Amino acid sequence: MIAESGHYALVLALGLTLIQSTLPVLGARWRDPTLMNVARSTALAQLLFVAFSFAALVTLHVTSDFSVVNVFENSHSLKPLIYKVTGVWGNHEGSMLLWVLILALFGGLVAAFGNNLPLSLRAHVLAVQAWIASAFYLFILITSNPFLRIANPPIEGRDLNPVLQDIGLAVHPPMLYLGYVGFSISFSFAVAALLEGRIDAAWARWVRPWTLMAWIFLTLGIAMGSYWAYYELGWGGWWFWDPVENASLMPWLAGTALLHSAVVMEKRNALKVWTILLSILAFSLSLLGTFLVRSGVLTSVHAFATDPTRGVFILLILCIFIGGSLTLYAWRAPALKQGGLFAPISREGALVLNNLFLTTACTTVFIGTLYPLALEVLTGDKISVGAPFFNLTFAPLFVPLMVAVPFGPLLAWKRGDLLGAAQRLTAAGIASLIAVAVLWAWARGGSAFAPLAIGLAIFVIAGALSDLAERTGLFRVPSATAMRRARGLPRSTWGTVFAHAGVGVALIGIVCETTWNSEYIGTMKPDDIAKVAGYELKLDGLTQRQGPNFREMLAQFTVSLDGKRLSAMAPSKRNFTTRGSSTTEAALLTLGASQLYISLGDATADGAIAVRIYHKPLVLLIWFGPILMAFGGVLSLSDRRLRVGAPKPAKAMRGLQAAE
Amino acid sequence: MTRKQRRLTIIGGSLAVLAVAAALVLNAMRDSIVFFSTPAMVAEKHIQAGKRFRLGGLVQPGSLVRGGNLAVTFRVADGSATLPVSYKGILPDLFREGQGVVAEGVLDPSGVFRADTVLAKHDETYMPKDVADALKKQGHWKDDYGAKPDYNAGAQGASRAAQAPPQAEQGAAPARQGASQ
Repeated sequence: MIAESGHYALVLALGLTLIQSTLPVLGARWRDPTLMNVARSTALAQLLFVAFSFAALVTLHVTSDFSVVNVFENSHSLKPLIYKVTGVWGNHEGSMLLWVLILALFGGLVAAFGNNLPLSLRAHVLAVQAWIASAFYLFILITSNPFLRIANPPIEGRDLNPVLQDIGLAVHPPMLYLGYVGFSISFSFAVAALLEGRIDAAWARWVRPWTLMAWIFLTLGIAMGSYWAYYELGWGGWWFWDPVENASLMPWLAGTALLHSAVVMEKRNALKVWTILLSILAFSLSLLGTFLVRSGVLTSVHAFATDPTRGVFILLILCIFIGGSLTLYAWRAPALKQGGLFAPISREGALVLNNLFLTTACTTVFIGTLYPLALEVLTGDKISVGAPFFNLTFAPLFVPLMVAVPFGPLLAWKRGDLLGAAQRLTAAGIASLIAVAVLWAWARGGSAFAPLAIGLAIFVIAGALSDLAERTGLFRVPSATAMRRARGLPRSTWGTVFAHAGVGVALIGIVCETTWNSEYIGTMKPDDIAKVAGYELKLDGLTQRQGPNFREMLAQFTVSLDGKRLSAMAPSKRNFTTRGSSTTEAALLTLGASQLYISLGDATADGAIAVRIYHKPLVLLIWFGPILMAFGGVLSLSDRRLRVGAPKPAKAMRGLQAAE
Repeated sequence: MTRKQRRLTIIGGSLAVLAVAAALVLNAMRDSIVFFSTPAMVAEKHIQAGKRFRLGGLVQPGSLVRGGNLAVTFRVADGSATLPVSYKGILPDLFREGQGVVAEGVLDPSGVFRADTVLAKHDETYMPKDVADALKKQGHWKDDYGAKPDYNAGAQGASRAAQAPPQAEQGAAPARQGASQ
């Protein structure tokens, strides 16, 4: 019964979106407030029905109802409860349901909190949301129904892929989806603006918080996924330039660009047309990511071949939405009024530069991800484009961007003073030069690359701090005054400082991890000692243990430094009987921001075991950086300006100019 | 500065950055793209020693020899030819004889493929896509590798399902399939 009602609720939700996608548009055309308001109630009701449907699937998984194909394929009665819940989106059908749930959630939020939006704009936005939603409901109902039954229910399920039986699955996909799908809001706003043929700075004010929210989740989701891969896959890598990762990186790059161009539009009423285009692109890339991951085109053409409807269906959705929105853009955008003027050297100019580099970097990732696919379709040649390609294209484009980052906030709007900004960055420049010199001396004989890259990172961090010092007058006025000024600074300024510093922090982590990573790979017997980066790791012994749905072999290590015992580590190898597959559970020991990392290989007949031990200096900074960025985003989101000013366009404009 | 001049500056700047990016992409395309081959293709094409490529196929049953200090050798077969592979390091969890494998490395002058990376998918029935395609092309593909089970086909549904590949979860998974050093 639960499965059928969940299915039925999904069908009802589809019905509601069909109403929501037509009536409000007609209402806006006929200027009928009643019809336009239909959007609000249908959006909320639709959220209710999808939530019900999702709850039904969760219930089926928790109660291990193996008469449902989806549960049978991905669950097991012995699986711990948390993985029964997270297993709901650990498979194709369930994750698509989560996708539409989040889409409906965002639609519901616009409906519930969008009271201050002009009625017709809200109607249009929600209608566009409903177009997207109905396409995906159809997709689920036609090709990926999670509520299908099995005629002869088996007694036991086939268990979830062991790699996914991890707390990471509880956090990573929902975060990532909140990010991906969050961009649908800016997309809907962009399409609504094009439909209405009207766009002003107030529009950017409405769009920016939504974009920011999506961006925060996407940042955290990507970082979380990277950390998960790092500890779960057992070989200490944290970014692989895998197409699936690139699929999430591309919307992030476009979203970051959008975040910055929306600032220009909001403050200076310029770059309107470009901001609209970025809104469309950010969500289009999210859709593309969904297509790449969901159609199976990347990992197995063969999944495509056995179930071609899925891939073709998503491709169709992709073409309709991306093609449609870009056509609408080409048709309507030239009619939009142009914005204010600015000199190339100005805050606007810096933000344009930011956008230019981010979108170009995004393009290189796009080419690297899709070129192999295109080549295979066209010529049949199979190639793999891996890390070297991206290191040679993406990295060089990021260097000038990083150099420019500290300058941006120090330039004035409209016409900036580059020399003045450079003077104010003298301290940051000196700090970075000192860092380069010290590191160079410390890492004698090493490549010049690492000290220079860290110097660049220090420049970005110190640059963000000098912006803060500049605004508060730190070191120039009494510290009490500086403190008072610091408290008075808008939170978005603090947000900028944190986010920019976060980029630098992440860069330090990346460079340290890749340059000074030390490793030991070999076979060890009990009482053998491995020395890595000054630490001594002694293998005490191997033990067997029975877990809830797996058996595991634990290796006990004692870690000591200079003869002093520091801690114990116990990496393991788990064997999941149901799927007959095994996973490697790495053991991590955090030492400051650095980590020791042990993962196990196969045991040999004579009682020895293959081990892989890494010392990863400052590796945690890689994820601490994105957390700082996200924190900056949260600060910016909580800015008074975004909470208070949004409702009335005209008033908001005046408020803005006064603030300049 | 007039609107026109501003626009020209921006367009000029954008074109410059795009030109740089295009140059970078073309340069990287020349140097860092790795082609995929199967043992049969290697035999036909005479790939020269020292050129990096990816080798895909099935690990020939009975060919895996573990040497000292993590060195392993095995043969990769694709139905019509085989190629010896040597590798030093920890093999991925799901590396098995008779299963699909993709190795990246170079041929040495004696005709042994020296792999520095061995990839296998985290799923016991999964066939790497490249391998599956190559096998299909050569007619060694068995259809039941990928058939989605029909659960309602009859009483045998559940037991048959055990042989079908689980739809590997790619979006939620970190979805890295490799193991390398």
